[in-house]
Amino acid sequence: MKSIESVNEFVIKFANVNGTGSASANNMFAKALFRMGLPVCPKNIFPSNIQGMPTWYEVRVSEKGYLGRRGGVDIILSVNPQSMPNDIQEVEPGGYFIYDNTKPLDLRLIRNDVNIIGIPLTGICNQTYSDPRQRQLFKNVIYVGALAALLDIDFAALTGLVGDQFKGKEKLIKPNIHALELGHQYAKENFDCPISIRVERRDLVGDSILMDGNTATALGCIYGGATFAAWYPITPSTSVAEAYETYCRRLRIDPGTGRKNYAIVQAEDELAAIGMVIGASWNGARSFTATSGPGLSLMQEFLGLAYFAEVPTVLIDVQRAGPSTGMPTRTQQSDILSAAYCSHGDTKQVLLFPSTPKECFDMAAEAFDLAERLQTPVIMLSDLDLGMNDNMSAPLSWDDERRFDRGKVLTREELNEMERYGRYEDVDMDAVCYRTIPGTHPDKGAFVTRGTSRDEFAAYTEVGEAYERNMLRLMAKWETAKQYVPAPEFTPAARPTSHGVIFFGTSEASSLEALDYLAEEGVHLDAMRVRAFPFNDDVEAFIDQHEFTFVIEQNRDSQLRTLLMAEFEFGPDKLKSVLCFDGTPISARNIRKQILQQLPGSNVTPLRRETAGAGKGESA
Amino acid sequence: MSFINPTFRHPELPVNELGYTKKDYEGTISTLCAGCGHDSISGSIIRAVHELSIPPHQIAKLSGIGCSSKTPAYFLGNSHGFNAVHGRMPSVATGAAMANRDLIYLGVSGDGDTASIGMGQFTHAIRRNLNMVYIVMNNGCYGLTKGQDSATADEGSASKKGDPNPFSSIDLCATALNLGATFVSRSFSGDKEQLIPLIKAAISHRGFALVDVVSPCVTFNNNAASTKSYEFVREHAEATGTVDFVPMREEIKAHYEPGTSTEVTMHDGSVLHLRKLEEGFDPFDRASAMSAIARHREAGKVMTGLVYLDRTAPDLHEVLDTVHRPLNTLSESDLCPGNHVLENINASLR
Ligand SMILES: Cc1ncc(C[n+]2csc(CCOP(=O)(O)OP(=O)(O)O)c2C)c(N)n1
Ligand code: SF4
Ligand SMILES: [Mg+2]
Repeated sequence: MKSIESVNEFVIKFANVNGTGSASANNMFAKALFRMGLPVCPKNIFPSNIQGMPTWYEVRVSEKGYLGRRGGVDIILSVNPQSMPNDIQEVEPGGYFIYDNTKPLDLRLIRNDVNIIGIPLTGICNQTYSDPRQRQLFKNVIYVGALAALLDIDFAALTGLVGDQFKGKEKLIKPNIHALELGHQYAKENFDCPISIRVERRDLVGDSILMDGNTATALGCIYGGATFAAWYPITPSTSVAEAYETYCRRLRIDPGTGRKNYAIVQAEDELAAIGMVIGASWNGARSFTATSGPGLSLMQEFLGLAYFAEVPTVLIDVQRAGPSTGMPTRTQQSDILSAAYCSHGDTKQVLLFPSTPKECFDMAAEAFDLAERLQTPVIMLSDLDLGMNDNMSAPLSWDDERRFDRGKVLTREELNEMERYGRYEDVDMDAVCYRTIPGTHPDKGAFVTRGTSRDEFAAYTEVGEAYERNMLRLMAKWETAKQYVPAPEFTPAARPTSHGVIFFGTSEASSLEALDYLAEEGVHLDAMRVRAFPFNDDVEAFIDQHEFTFVIEQNRDSQLRTLLMAEFEFGPDKLKSVLCFDGTPISARNIRKQILQQLPGSNVTPLRRETAGAGKGESA
Repeated sequence: MSFINPTFRHPELPVNELGYTKKDYEGTISTLCAGCGHDSISGSIIRAVHELSIPPHQIAKLSGIGCSSKTPAYFLGNSHGFNAVHGRMPSVATGAAMANRDLIYLGVSGDGDTASIGMGQFTHAIRRNLNMVYIVMNNGCYGLTKGQDSATADEGSASKKGDPNPFSSIDLCATALNLGATFVSRSFSGDKEQLIPLIKAAISHRGFALVDVVSPCVTFNNNAASTKSYEFVREHAEATGTVDFVPMREEIKAHYEPGTSTEVTMHDGSVLHLRKLEEGFDPFDRASAMSAIARHREAGKVMTGLVYLDRTAPDLHEVLDTVHRPLNTLSESDLCPGNHVLENINASLR
């Protein structure tokens, strides 16, 4: 058997039982590598269950800086007998299967093309600890210690992390380090360390941070000036609200009185949550809610009201696998269409697509400016992969000179100057009208906000022309929105090409990696990452300029492609789908394969493409 | 169709302390059916707010969907209004109240809007003791969709359509009491003498104040077999007591015989004089209020008046311990922790 040889370029997967405290040990493993200057990409794969079910933690290490899911596993560390039969099957030939051999491995599972390493984790624990809880917790720490020896991880990086993790609980530091040493020692004594897959210190992460997108989103809401949050618990968005509360407790206490410069209400359901946000925004406070697919479905009616009555509204949708309850703990980008046209009647909603924690922070803060500038809902579409996993990201930053853009809001003085105020009069000819906040003026500027049709002065009307005028103005406002929403990012191919690729959100890292592979094989693609809906004209021009364009997305129905076709009236030939919807993040290998199936061989010289075309589909 | 009221001002119309006439608190002309109970309630709201001398912009009026929920267009034309979606006014009011604790929130709803589609939001606004006035214009039917029975229609009561309602009814006052409401009252659209002071008292209460007002639908539910008709309510309404409302600024002019009334000081300094008409009923005791409602119900009566009052419970802002300045007045310097804080956070994530 030929073992995989690799330094700093591999995928390791931990197979655990949930509720056993493995998460913090696994985090420690990933972070130690990060502190050794290595780009890492950890991903939790967890069940919708609190205790006792299989759960996995996958870490990709890549000194080339590839941060998407690669696909395939080089090392499995399995402490879950329940999932072992499948886990061992997943290892790449020449890879490693490391397991707890306190109980011998079922002989039928043994593979001859995989290195099998048994460590008596339970045995060591039973010998060392008497308390059953300690036995369980330290088992995780012991295997991290063993991995340190096997992969040549800097032991000081690990002990440093233990120190950080238990700052203030010094009594816990020693036993944790002891557990690390137990594993380390066992591996050193029983195996040739390091194995053929290992790490070496590098200086490749610069000032990057390792952070989950939901925390970054919550911080964006704080910096963006949100004073009110209403929410209803749902995975994977819950941690947005929780992080908002955690950080508000630290950062939003009024220094004079000790009271809170924020309010949070855990609503009775998502209908109430979005209703509260609309009420607070209408009344001049920046506010938001966070939810996931089922919640978005419930919010539809209210989002139509906010669109039609033009109330700024910020909604964070951390997407998961639908439809219905779907796979609640797995990722997807499958709320695109229901968010874009959310609510009955002719509605269009502004969408933002972050792809990194830094962008979660930036876009969350910007969402409040956009919502108030455009007086409409803004939905940020994150997803479980970005929201709940630690992602390597540029650090967060804030310009202290920055001021909130509250949009067009009339003050008492401005109202005094006015002859007659019309809430829905298009004074500036940009289709965005002037708002007034309740309580501003004793006898000027009041009106009834409503979801029924009204004229420019907010008076109820059923006159068809007035209704139509208003709907057309909302369309004109949609055009105005294009100037304000984040522009797409364009990455030209190394060689001129007549083919393009469009992706968004968490497909970015895997897409860019796949483009590198494809370029090596002579397939060159210009790339565009869309960051918002409405799409601006650059997106249309990009598609127009290419013979055809791949649209990479994580859903079954090619939702972004459908949206592009609907908004720009492109025919289906212009846009080809690259999809992943099994609930795992899309991988570079998968993207490469699907693109080659549709575009076999090099696309640079037509001659080569023809010859390669004979093997259509096989190149993958 | 709706019209803007002519702004002609009669020189002799009485003005309140702020110099406003009653007209200044009116809205556009109502488009409801002539004789609809809801219009009388609008009239009572206008009088109550005018007499309390509340600056119009200090009130925000909110409603759901229904004939009843249309009425905010017909009163307080100088106050901001929000005509939300069916049954969801309480959530919009919650958000609005969180944004600015200084305004008065006046919610108007129907029995369909509250007791069916909006039951969830209604109950949760109560248990949070949201500081708002919640008026239900209760006609036992869905007026705007042409007279279907609502969940407050009494069992056996029949609307114009004729079939007696086979289901037990939801008593909103009893429900509110059960959920810990801190101000519960019931009245009748045709009894302004009772309704106006109750609305004033509800406004002066800090916390959730329910005013459940029987308000006949003349078009669909004012027939002989209905228990929400003018005639039935006139005959069966039974007030447990009277409420006199004395605003803080006003001197107490009326003379009250000692022992005949209870004087209650509200949060804003105004005073309620409660005169009991019924023995053994105590509006400061939740259990007593509950049993009074049940007793009247069994006797086929509609109990009206102040049902229950608790001035001690904290409202939502107090529970959440928010700053006293309205949240919507906080600026960048209050809200943005600055880049140096982010740098610390970044450092902890390396
Ligand atoms: C989601 C939704 N479902 C149904 C309706 C239709 N609808 C409008 S008003 C109404 C009932 C109103 O009854 P109530 O609240 O008692 O008001 P009333 O007209 O009797 O004053 C219904 C069902 C609606 N507007 N929205
Ligand atoms: S239908 Fe009934 S509730 Fe509606 S306006 Fe007419 S009388 Fe009033
Ligand atoms: Mg009704």
